Amino acid sequence: MSSIAQKKGFGATLWDYLTTVDHKKIAVMYLIAGGLFFVIGGIEAMLIRIQLAKPDNDFVSAGLFNEIITMHGTTMIFLAAMPILFGFMNAVMPLQIGARDVAFPFLNSLGFWLFLFGGIFLNLSWFMGGAPDAGWTSYASLSLASPGHGIDFYAIGLQIAGAGTYIGGINFLVTIINMRAPGMTYMRMPLMTWTTFVASALILFAFPPLTIGLFFLILDRMFGGNFFDHTMGGNTIIWEHLFWIFGHPEVYILILPAFGIFSEIFAIFARKRLFGYSSMVFATVLIGFLGFMVWAHHMFTVGLGPTANAIFAVATMAIAVPTGMKIFNWLLTIWGGSIKVTVPMLYALAFIPSFVAGGVTGVMQGAAPLDYQLHDSYFIVAHFHYVIVGGVVLAILAALHLYWPLMFNQMLSEKLGKWTFWFFFIGFHMTFFIQHFLGLMGMPRRVFTFGADQGWDLFNLISSVGAFFMAAGVIILVVNIIITAVKNVPVGNDPWEDGRTLEWAIPQPVPFYNFKQTPLVRGLDTFWIEKQEGNKEGMTYAEPLSDIHMPNNSFIPFMMTVGLFIAGFGALYNGEKEWAVPVLVLGLAITVASMAVRSVKDDHGFHIHKEDLMNEKGGK
Amino acid sequence: MNTTMKEGFNLAMMKGLKKWRLFSLLAALTIFLSGCGEEYLSTLTPAGQVGRDQFNLLLLSTAIMTLVVIVVVIIYVLALVKFRRKKVGENVIPKQVEGSHTLEVIWTVIPILLLIVLAIPTVIYTYKHADVSAMDHVDADGNKTAVTVNVTAKLYWWEFEYPDLGVVTAQELVVPTGEKVYFNLKAADVKHSFWIPAAGGKLDTNVENVNQFYLEFDKESAGLKDGVFYGKCAELCGPSHALMDFKVKTLNRTDFNAWVESAKTTEAVAEGDLATQGEEIFNTSCIACHATSAAGSAGGVGPNLAAFGDRNRVAGFMEHTEENLKNWINDPQSYKPGNLMPQPEQLNNGEKFSDEQLDALAEYLMGLSIEK
Repeated sequence: MSSIAQKKGFGATLWDYLTTVDHKKIAVMYLIAGGLFFVIGGIEAMLIRIQLAKPDNDFVSAGLFNEIITMHGTTMIFLAAMPILFGFMNAVMPLQIGARDVAFPFLNSLGFWLFLFGGIFLNLSWFMGGAPDAGWTSYASLSLASPGHGIDFYAIGLQIAGAGTYIGGINFLVTIINMRAPGMTYMRMPLMTWTTFVASALILFAFPPLTIGLFFLILDRMFGGNFFDHTMGGNTIIWEHLFWIFGHPEVYILILPAFGIFSEIFAIFARKRLFGYSSMVFATVLIGFLGFMVWAHHMFTVGLGPTANAIFAVATMAIAVPTGMKIFNWLLTIWGGSIKVTVPMLYALAFIPSFVAGGVTGVMQGAAPLDYQLHDSYFIVAHFHYVIVGGVVLAILAALHLYWPLMFNQMLSEKLGKWTFWFFFIGFHMTFFIQHFLGLMGMPRRVFTFGADQGWDLFNLISSVGAFFMAAGVIILVVNIIITAVKNVPVGNDPWEDGRTLEWAIPQPVPFYNFKQTPLVRGLDTFWIEKQEGNKEGMTYAEPLSDIHMPNNSFIPFMMTVGLFIAGFGALYNGEKEWAVPVLVLGLAITVASMAVRSVKDDHGFHIHKEDLMNEKGGK
Repeated sequence: MNTTMKEGFNLAMMKGLKKWRLFSLLAALTIFLSGCGEEYLSTLTPAGQVGRDQFNLLLLSTAIMTLVVIVVVIIYVLALVKFRRKKVGENVIPKQVEGSHTLEVIWTVIPILLLIVLAIPTVIYTYKHADVSAMDHVDADGNKTAVTVNVTAKLYWWEFEYPDLGVVTAQELVVPTGEKVYFNLKAADVKHSFWIPAAGGKLDTNVENVNQFYLEFDKESAGLKDGVFYGKCAELCGPSHALMDFKVKTLNRTDFNAWVESAKTTEAVAEGDLATQGEEIFNTSCIACHATSAAGSAGGVGPNLAAFGDRNRVAGFMEHTEENLKNWINDPQSYKPGNLMPQPEQLNNGEKFSDEQLDALAEYLMGLSIEK
């Protein structure tokens, strides 16, 4: 949406985005694609709540309901929450550490296209014989028994999208390790960067188990493998372990960046340095570490025995300690500050009680014998929506308002933003708070309907009404975005006036090379330091103005992904259609050929010359 | 009274007061929570020791967590009220505080202490509720002292076998009150999960191994709304997961023994012409899958119907009326999608059962009883 883009024709803009390796444009694409999937997942959520608004409802059929819940969960986690967070990480993190781009711009583009095509592949199942219906966890005995191709779409779609996430994670890790500006020591990195770092490390270790599990599932379903078939010596519990060894860290992959976003917001809008910065960093790392030690708490009722359950119960409770540290540090950040309640701050303030509520129910479920009652009931549905919506989604909405001016040089309407907030916030608590009690009253999760007069009728209705409030909030948000985009009023840098970190120091719109001269970082909250010392430019430079080396755009990532996308259909119809194997081979050939081109063709990028840089005034 | 005694007395008073406060908090919680839900279904009205232990853990954890929430909310509200920019002044730059070691230690140590308070009963109950060592105890005659039920979960119904008593039934579990009842749990097709919310937490029925645990029931279910506790499948198992309910009838030991005796000896008999007609249809179309005698062992293709007339529900979830039974027989797929019962066309020469046939079948099935 920069002024340059508007001057170009539509075709040229499209080609620019298809081939771009610029982290800022990739961020925009992540945001758009993730936003689209968020809306799709939201529509699925509405269908669920309409179906459950009254007992014995027949709005959707039993089989369709299972497809909807499966796709709602899978879409929201893999295709909405994670990509949108990736969008913000891409947009903000390189700017925060004073880098011109991520370490591997080509891979950044590849990661995005893999995610997008994986997501499209998964959603095509709706039109090609039915969506997956074994829940987002896709437990093996049911997923093997599921007829049709739904589960195949799930396994292959997530495999492709997961590869993208994995590539993205590695890229962020290398970027943060290698590309920090002079003076940006680890202990001066803003929390958003720190949480990106730790979340990426979690991706590095958590995604391989998922990849293996999905490959087993693909082999079992499409190529006659027997990893999970107990009648052939397989074991379904292996899937559960693999899934949750991935699945639990995944929760932290989502929530840590959310913590990062809120840490930025509290500091900015309380006009105060983040309280206990070092302990916040320590807590982030500790949460990431402990996140790998607790997966079996999703499996307390599987029958692992009392010793395993007791160990994992205590380990789970331990996570509450670093999380509690964070909560209190945020509280002490606003304590003694100067609090300005903007829309991002509104979300951050709403996050604290919502997330604490979600956190304490997590501890309750950590108590294994109590979890025997809570597990797979509506209590757990309430709990994970409290942490994911009350944590991650509130962070995403907050970041959308906070970083919109950074990404698009325009400001979302604060007035409409507040409307969105109140609708969403009230709707959220209305929908999910009452579900705790539904669970305690014996209502299992993933039920497509429920009989009348079991004491659940009223609470389900209240919950469904709440969902409509949330939907109203999201609709207002979409209106807000459209109005803002049409008006297109430039706001310049540091629009919140109290920006503390490097990204707010860059002129707007951000030049494609980010920093004309690499900045020198003189402490935590480096922009704040410069402002306090009266530096009008907002930056001290670490180098004289000189030529900048930039990478060329490339269409190869797109082609590599298209190959895998085609190959996916070949694998899916293996043994059923004659064309399956040729298509599988063709798809893989396209991917391998694209990789070969990339390897053989020299691409040294280009230089922006010093003279050209001097002629440019800040933005553009 | 000297000073030390006085102090001691005061201290004891304070302690008592604190205890009283915790007690009253717990009492208030109990009343509030047990107001929720139905007695035959809610985890908040525990019907036996296991459920009660877990409910107590719920109360304890809720109390601790409420305490945490209250502390957070107090600091939060105070900060919000005191430090709004309107109040502090537009151009004030607050002091940039780095942090505080003392505070960090406080909010690390106190939560750890609170969690230890919760962790101890958690670990104790985890072991306690998994202890099935008394399962195989025998009396002087070599008979098992405890009742063991082999539960097999199938798409979408439950089979209950009493291996030591030589009885098998389906959909309605019958157990004695006032003693530990042991369960061996397994799934026949896909994974399910066995849950009687009022009695205690769930345990999965896996496809590859047997899980064991026990439950206790304090009182007879006769006084409940439907005369039974409700049981649920708690693991997504296919389209009709939501309809995979079962019921639990609890009887005192004497009645339970009588029930077992009756189950072992009762033969299916058709009383009256209509029922006899029904029996004939049953014997040509249904008997291949459905047994009508409760004496035997597990492994039925379809649910054992020996006690059908005593049941509380048709197909596990519909009201127990002849009308529902007839509808069910003539179109099981539309009522319970994905279930494995053949459509009538497969059993009755390609046609649905006629009204006469259905009347006869219903008459026969409703007459099957081991409680009469």
